[in-house]
Amino acid sequence: MPASPVSRVAATGDLRIVGQAGSEALVQLLTPEGERVDHPDYVVDAPAERLQSLYRDMVLARRVDEEGTALQRQGQLGLWASLRGQEAAQVGSARALMADDMAFPTYREHAVVLCRGVDAVQIMAIFRGLTHGGWDPHRFGLAPYSIVIGSQALHAVGYALGVQRDAARSRGPARPAGQTTGSPVAVAYFGDGAASQGEVNEAFVWAGVYNAPVVFFCQNNQWAISQPAERQTRVPLYRRADGFGFPGVRVDGNDVLAVLAVTLSALQRARDGGGPTLIEAFTYRIGAHTTADDATRYRSLAEVETWKLKDPLERVKAFLHRKQLADPAFFEQLAAESDALAARLRRKCLGMADPPALAMFDHVYAGEHPPLRRQRAHLAAYLDSSPDPGEVPR
Amino acid sequence: MTQAGTTGTAGQPRTLQEPETMTMVQALNVGLRAAMGADPAVMILGEDVGRLGGVFRVTDGLQAEFGEDRVLDTPLSESGIVGTAIGLAMRGYRPVCEIQFDGFVFPAFNQLVSQLAKLRYRSAGALSLPVTVRIPFGGGIGAVEHHSESPEAYFAHTAGLRVVACSNPQDAYVMVQQSIAGDDPIIFLEPKRRYWERAPVDRAAAPDALHAARVARAGTDVTVVAYGPMVRTCLDAAAVAEGEGVSLAVIDLRTLSPLDLQPVLDSVRSTGRLVVVHEAPSNCSLSAEIAAQVTEEAFFSLAAPVLRVTGYDIPYPPSRFEAAYLPDLDRILDAVDRSRAY
Repeated sequence: MPASPVSRVAATGDLRIVGQAGSEALVQLLTPEGERVDHPDYVVDAPAERLQSLYRDMVLARRVDEEGTALQRQGQLGLWASLRGQEAAQVGSARALMADDMAFPTYREHAVVLCRGVDAVQIMAIFRGLTHGGWDPHRFGLAPYSIVIGSQALHAVGYALGVQRDAARSRGPARPAGQTTGSPVAVAYFGDGAASQGEVNEAFVWAGVYNAPVVFFCQNNQWAISQPAERQTRVPLYRRADGFGFPGVRVDGNDVLAVLAVTLSALQRARDGGGPTLIEAFTYRIGAHTTADDATRYRSLAEVETWKLKDPLERVKAFLHRKQLADPAFFEQLAAESDALAARLRRKCLGMADPPALAMFDHVYAGEHPPLRRQRAHLAAYLDSSPDPGEVPR
Repeated sequence: MTQAGTTGTAGQPRTLQEPETMTMVQALNVGLRAAMGADPAVMILGEDVGRLGGVFRVTDGLQAEFGEDRVLDTPLSESGIVGTAIGLAMRGYRPVCEIQFDGFVFPAFNQLVSQLAKLRYRSAGALSLPVTVRIPFGGGIGAVEHHSESPEAYFAHTAGLRVVACSNPQDAYVMVQQSIAGDDPIIFLEPKRRYWERAPVDRAAAPDALHAARVARAGTDVTVVAYGPMVRTCLDAAAVAEGEGVSLAVIDLRTLSPLDLQPVLDSVRSTGRLVVVHEAPSNCSLSAEIAAQVTEEAFFSLAAPVLRVTGYDIPYPPSRFEAAYLPDLDRILDAVDRSRAY
């Protein structure tokens, strides 16, 4: 698998985070206008290289997302779930992770996937219908996309329970390459809609009572298909954590620096044995739910325009410009890199051949399964005997 | 992932020891203890499985022996039990979940059917989910609602899961270890009405393959197929029939997914008659699948239609109806008579 176009940047070392989750107000370090503001709990000194890197991740993620939408419109993908507007929430949180942490994403976490080092082509393969998964979870520290809303939160907690037990007996899977820590953390990604699922609430219970090293990263993008967040909760989502016995924090999900800082803090708390944290990244789904959705049926364009003014990329760009932390060449090179990525992605996507029909029987079971073997042989014989194979790839 | 696929009786040194007579509960307990001793990745998760030893005492003493880190008294949360077991398996563990009663498994249905069963497939083989889900199942104990159900067809219908049912202490002891040692998720069904019946368990005996049906009693006139709690009932029926001069072959399916119908087909080709028995309702049940497959494979051997003796297509009734609801010796013999009279 080729390396990701998005670089893997060390998650710590150049950031100084002081403080704990649990703050009452929205954590913000970079305003929509690109002004740096201080926060008493999250004192961050981010060098230019770090900001450039985060900005680059977001630009490339947005470009992958745009290509996904375009390829779906052209009939090359069956569906696309756009992450537009959520680049900061995803990049900021994913860049806080170490290589041996394990992220449990939903189907919209494309920027997380890129930050974990997976080739964007693998995401296209899912939406093109070639695979349900697309990457090796152990190699990339990234579980498969979860489509049944909220299911993955319990997997994250279980993984964290395993990490807790590893410490006692020095076990666990082989460490992936990259910067690691002796004490990995599981991160459950989910949204405002998932917060209504029993399984997410069960995950909160389990994480709380076992003090599991897990971070719940909720991207409140305000809409669960057609239903606003108010249909999911009467209290701000981050405040739910209090009832489960661990801290919750609401961060400006369009502020990549704040998301990074808050996530790093929560991860460190988990690594230190402090248990779970719920992060509510307050953001917005600029696009429709998916390419199959028509968002004009349930929300106003004015609302969307308001959120576009809080764009996660523009504020970093403005700050880099204003503080002269990046020269024009940086932006020119990034634009060229983005174009090259898009071209490569398009070429690779169109070049992906359909898998042979018999491959659909692979990986159902680890062990021998005679009835499945017979069905596979039956289809093979049928395909071999058929004078007209039609659309079935051989 | 862990290389723990070698646990179970096959990997243990053979010692000359006399078979011990024990209940199925004791046999399961001994089997679980052996599995935990053989592989430190094996964990037990369930409601009341630790301090109490399980409501049926199947896990009695295991937490004291192996510690609270390996035998978890979990929150009262079936979806959580299976969902976290998935995460533990992803981290290299080999969880054994206990669902307290059959009717309590449905809160975990998404985790079982959409997650546990499908994650290997979803990840193109990158994820291994060696999770065993133990479920006491079936009726006949005079219980309240949700404590007597037979949900096996849901799981046998689900690709990615394996499903087995033990019928006696020897199988319980062996099969639970084999299930834990396997690398696929497996639903392990325990016939709770047979929990307290005693039989010899030979820990040194060479184990049968996990996914193999077994001829529990040879016979020549009618083939009777059952699994779990109904095997004993069918054997009792065969003993009565023998007194009436009718020879019943009784086959213990043992494995419901994948099915092993070869012994059934071999027997039917000899007897020409088949009666399938289970407690679960008949509609879209294991017996429906068995009847279809036997008809496909042995049509010209059949002298009579495949007959079924099952629970009725109603919710499991209040316990005072159990005698009429559950297949029993007389209903089985009635079906044998009808088959022979066809």
